[in-house]
Amino acid sequence: MTATTYADYGQPLWRRLLLTRETAIIALVIGVVLYSLATVRNFDSPLTTTFLLLDIAPILFIALPMTMVIITGEIDLSVASTVGLSSVLVGVFYEHGFSIPVAGLLALAAGALCGAFNGFLVAYVGLPSLAVTIGTLALFRGIAVGLLGTRAVTDFPQGWTSLAKDRIGDTPIPVIMIPFAVLAIAFAVLLHFSTFGRGVYDIGLNGEAAHFTGVNVARTKLILFVLSGVVSAFAGIYYTLRFGSARGDNATGLELQVIAAVLLGGVSIFGGRGKLHGVIAGVVLIGVVASALRLEGITVNVINIIIGLLLVLSVISGSVARWFSELWSRRAATASTSPARRVSA
Amino acid sequence: MKFPSKRATGLVALVASAALVLSACGGDDPDSTADSGSTGGDLSVTFLPKNLGNPYFDTSDPGGEAAVDELGGTFEEVGPQEASPDAQVQYIDTAAQQGVSALVVSANDPTAICDSLNQAREAGTKVVTFDSDTDPECRDLFINQATAEGIAKVQVDLIAEQIGDAGEIAILSATANATNQNAWIEMMEAELAANHPNIQLVDTVYGDDDDQKSFDQTAALLQSHPNLKGIISPTTVGVAAAARYLSDSDFKGKVALTGLGTPNQMREYVEDGTVTSFALWNPEDLGYLAAYAAAALVNGDITGEEGDTFEAGRLGEYTVDENAAVLLGDPFVFDASNIGDFNF
Repeated sequence: MTATTYADYGQPLWRRLLLTRETAIIALVIGVVLYSLATVRNFDSPLTTTFLLLDIAPILFIALPMTMVIITGEIDLSVASTVGLSSVLVGVFYEHGFSIPVAGLLALAAGALCGAFNGFLVAYVGLPSLAVTIGTLALFRGIAVGLLGTRAVTDFPQGWTSLAKDRIGDTPIPVIMIPFAVLAIAFAVLLHFSTFGRGVYDIGLNGEAAHFTGVNVARTKLILFVLSGVVSAFAGIYYTLRFGSARGDNATGLELQVIAAVLLGGVSIFGGRGKLHGVIAGVVLIGVVASALRLEGITVNVINIIIGLLLVLSVISGSVARWFSELWSRRAATASTSPARRVSA
Repeated sequence: MKFPSKRATGLVALVASAALVLSACGGDDPDSTADSGSTGGDLSVTFLPKNLGNPYFDTSDPGGEAAVDELGGTFEEVGPQEASPDAQVQYIDTAAQQGVSALVVSANDPTAICDSLNQAREAGTKVVTFDSDTDPECRDLFINQATAEGIAKVQVDLIAEQIGDAGEIAILSATANATNQNAWIEMMEAELAANHPNIQLVDTVYGDDDDQKSFDQTAALLQSHPNLKGIISPTTVGVAAAARYLSDSDFKGKVALTGLGTPNQMREYVEDGTVTSFALWNPEDLGYLAAYAAAALVNGDITGEEGDTFEAGRLGEYTVDENAAVLLGDPFVFDASNIGDFNF
């Protein structure tokens, strides 16, 4: 064990903590915010923060379980359809006389069922999650549209729709951020500070090895998909109350925004890598960029192009940086005479 | 984890260059909002139609633009790709943030966008609805193209004339929640019940103001109702798609089609006999009037009270009625004899 073998780990703590992908995204967020404050008119209005947070709230919520699902190497494309189904159920139950809280609870239960369905097929039957969730994307959306048809339920009580948009006291931060903060902390603890979370990473790096080290792979994946379903259902309740409209086609396409943000935040699509704070920064980054561009009057098509470019660059930059570092290490390895091999992390 | 510093440097470099590209894109974009948003006497009007790429609004919004240009203000048109209320909310919020003086909107739903509209009004923006109204509490004025009864009656009269006042008809509408569509359909049903006992309305289908979907719905209608004699489509997208389907099918000439269409879109179908006659008003005038009404509100000339009058440029003087609404005029019937005279 020569010093060269552990040269990588000889880095000071501050370097290991700060020079990461997540920090780069957070720095980018701060940079874009500062730039927009300086150049985009009306960006500094308190309304901007409020609308921004109200808009990205569903994506923030769903990104939390999605991160964990992607880290295990799976994917859940049906989240937006679960949001739509939950939205429709809230509307339908409310129309039939249930109160909003009860309708909401029933929608959450439905979300759990959706997630369990996905999880069962992926974890216990062993089907690839890409295929399963593409199917349930269509299935859940079909049920949602089938329940309400082309009409929408829109006469929700003012108290609840205002609550969805209210701010905390005098700050521009919407009330919905409180449940988000609670959920984010819970997921952070689950992912980064618990054995369950270690299991999630292990499954992503090597499912077989994880199984042989005692991680219950199937149960972990099932739990993650159920979490995904429940959180998506909650996002659906919020979405319905915020727009005051329960429609079968609510939140169509949301899954792509969530996945884009998760990948932007540093989670590897191959699994095994990623941190929650990077993902939150990724969601905020996309939200801020879209908000600033909208305020500048740029059309939604151009905004989509820019976000798409950002995502492609972020995914490419990871690979390019890895390629560079491998190039360096190969030069370092041939230059030195040490036969020791690097330990793969 | 392996080489954090080198990987991170490469990453930061690439991502920072992305940021530079972004800021370049964001920075030098057209000056459509160059002088809007400032307080005081500057007029900035934003038009928010049901959706973009809709030929009806492609006609009405330039009318608004012409009016705003005449008044010396700045004009902007924004809108979603699909005609849904939640998509409109984002644009209303952005307009409120930008502090535009007036927002002219054609609503996809009478209540779903209310909260955002009221928030915009609180931020000082005047809200004028045109073409499709919201609840009166969320807007300052509504510019109505014609009375709902008038629009319904003219279409029912046209179809009755074309099918010999007896038989099955169906309606191909736009989106299921659109205020104007539902108002007209209700009036049509009342008119049919009162004056045309031998005509049965067998179905109402929705094409969502999407060309392909309206086309498919027409096909489905004809398949499921073999005895159908007439179709009313009170939406320019729907009637054009239905006409396109009928003119290439066996039903051409056997199933009558009427509705609200633009002369340019319907001309070939009138000339080839698929459609005998249809109605509309001038959407360009509607946009023009809406912009003038918005400007009058912004300048304080009117407040939306019954009896308020204002000048609308080349259209003359208009009066506000008791529902805080302004009527453009009567619907106009187009047929083979006059369709060549119009270009919109």
